Amino acid sequence: MIITTQKPLEEIMKTLEPYTKIIIAGCGTCSTTVQTGGEQQVKEMADKLRGKWFVDTVVVEAPCDGRIARKDWRKIQKQGRDQRIDALLCLMCGAGVQTLAEVAEVPCLPGLNTHFLGKVERIGLYYERCRACGDCYLGETAGICPVTRCAKGLMNGPCGGVIDGKCEVGGYVRDCAWFLIWERLKKFGRMNLFRRVRPPRQFGMQAYPRGIDAVPTPRGRRETHPTAPDETEEHKVDITKEKRNE
Amino acid sequence: MREAFSNLMKEIQSGKFVFTGELEPVKTTDISSVIAEAKSLKGYVTACNVTDNPSSYAAVSSLVAAYVVQKETGMETIYQLRCADRNRIALTSDLLGAAVLGIRNILTLTGDHTLLGDMPNAKPVFDLDATLLTGMIRRMVDEGKDLNGNDIEGPHPQFNIGVAANPNADPIEPEILKVVRKVENGADFVQTQVCYNIDKTLEFLRMFKSFKVPVLVGVFPMRSYRVAAEFDKFVPGVKVPLELLDKLKQVKQQQISKAEKREKYDRINIEFFAPFITELRKSGLCAGCHIMSVHYVEITPKLLAEAKIERTLQKTSPLTVAKSS
Repeated sequence: MIITTQKPLEEIMKTLEPYTKIIIAGCGTCSTTVQTGGEQQVKEMADKLRGKWFVDTVVVEAPCDGRIARKDWRKIQKQGRDQRIDALLCLMCGAGVQTLAEVAEVPCLPGLNTHFLGKVERIGLYYERCRACGDCYLGETAGICPVTRCAKGLMNGPCGGVIDGKCEVGGYVRDCAWFLIWERLKKFGRMNLFRRVRPPRQFGMQAYPRGIDAVPTPRGRRETHPTAPDETEEHKVDITKEKRNE
Repeated sequence: MREAFSNLMKEIQSGKFVFTGELEPVKTTDISSVIAEAKSLKGYVTACNVTDNPSSYAAVSSLVAAYVVQKETGMETIYQLRCADRNRIALTSDLLGAAVLGIRNILTLTGDHTLLGDMPNAKPVFDLDATLLTGMIRRMVDEGKDLNGNDIEGPHPQFNIGVAANPNADPIEPEILKVVRKVENGADFVQTQVCYNIDKTLEFLRMFKSFKVPVLVGVFPMRSYRVAAEFDKFVPGVKVPLELLDKLKQVKQQQISKAEKREKYDRINIEFFAPFITELRKSGLCAGCHIMSVHYVEITPKLLAEAKIERTLQKTSPLTVAKSS
């Protein structure tokens, strides 16, 4: 789930100042689940802004899906609603805002702050669970991601900043990811995975902006990271090291 | 006018048409060749840039190289500092180190992306950018405080801050505004990317004139056709003029001795760049030239002689080089 929170109303009103007529656009997917940009929140926002602005509303099923965004925007155009407004207030994550901004020919303004890919414990309580590093290690770390949950993103933790299984970042309150990994690997009898030396992370894989072109070709599926380097000398060394450790 | 701490800044402020050179330490533990190049440039250029992991290829620390060059040769250095490899803590710490070692000029750079270098899987830092780094150093110099306002003990560091600009940018307006941001954040002087087109360069200088910041225009005499072709191919945003490239290519293809080739290469460079420098000087729009001919230092004296620039031995104050204990 993409975790978002609503921006303070004053900030939203300030960004809307240059405009007079707006559509408030919601998101039917993540922002609906975390109750920041669903039907209900769009309606509430409209009530708050109406009077000062002419307000129209729409909830796009998945505004980050270019196909859906285009289809819904065409619908709005057909109804002539795009002619009545001069800006879009988007209650969705940054991916949604940018997709809509490419489709709609009016300024798209963010109404939410986007935080992370995470787990919803309950509404209002969320935990980051994935940093989208493009190279998943969860199979070796008992389903606990050190890239995300270790404050240093260490591959060979824990570090010296752990006391009683708690992390130095944030005052020894949060669990050390590597302690959690150890506990769970023990439970599964896979302690051998813990002693393995993990090679330096391939940050080339996550050099942004990233893109994937996974269109099938005659030779099979093709997945590319346009900005990522091909197998480098560095990488080759890592692979041999990895084999030695096994 | 801000205080000049370095000989470079003093010469610029005195109205002299100044020259700077460039030194490029590589991935090595022996920088004797860098020192030799610095020695042969002495008396011809006022100061030398020392590059910091150029193109994101890990090289000898530019701080160490800059210090050793100053100590061994007396050549003043312009310590280049990239944001690609260091966060604000490391930048602050290196800058304090530079102050201790008697470095007086810093050139702030954002730096090429780590993907472009020889360890493409490194984590790129970019905690700050060149504009913010400039502001950070300004505060260290003026107020004796770090980025967060924490006091720095001892006397304020004494740096003159240079920034980079690219007169070849197209469109040029955002480039000018970007450099203005750096100037407003505290830059003392500007060194530009390599320029070949005199009209374009003068246009940039004219647009930039009202900001009253001294500009050193980058010129790049090319040692051989290979160097020129590589530069043309790999340095984004700069094109070597076809005519010049062709001339160098012809030399490469000729069946003549190395010494003859060398002489012809030199001739081509001098014929192209000496009038370029003369023109720049005549315009009165720039403070000098930054000659970036790394590993081709022998061209500098010849070029200056041809451009009829006589270098009198510098009478500015001797370098403050920290004593090694």
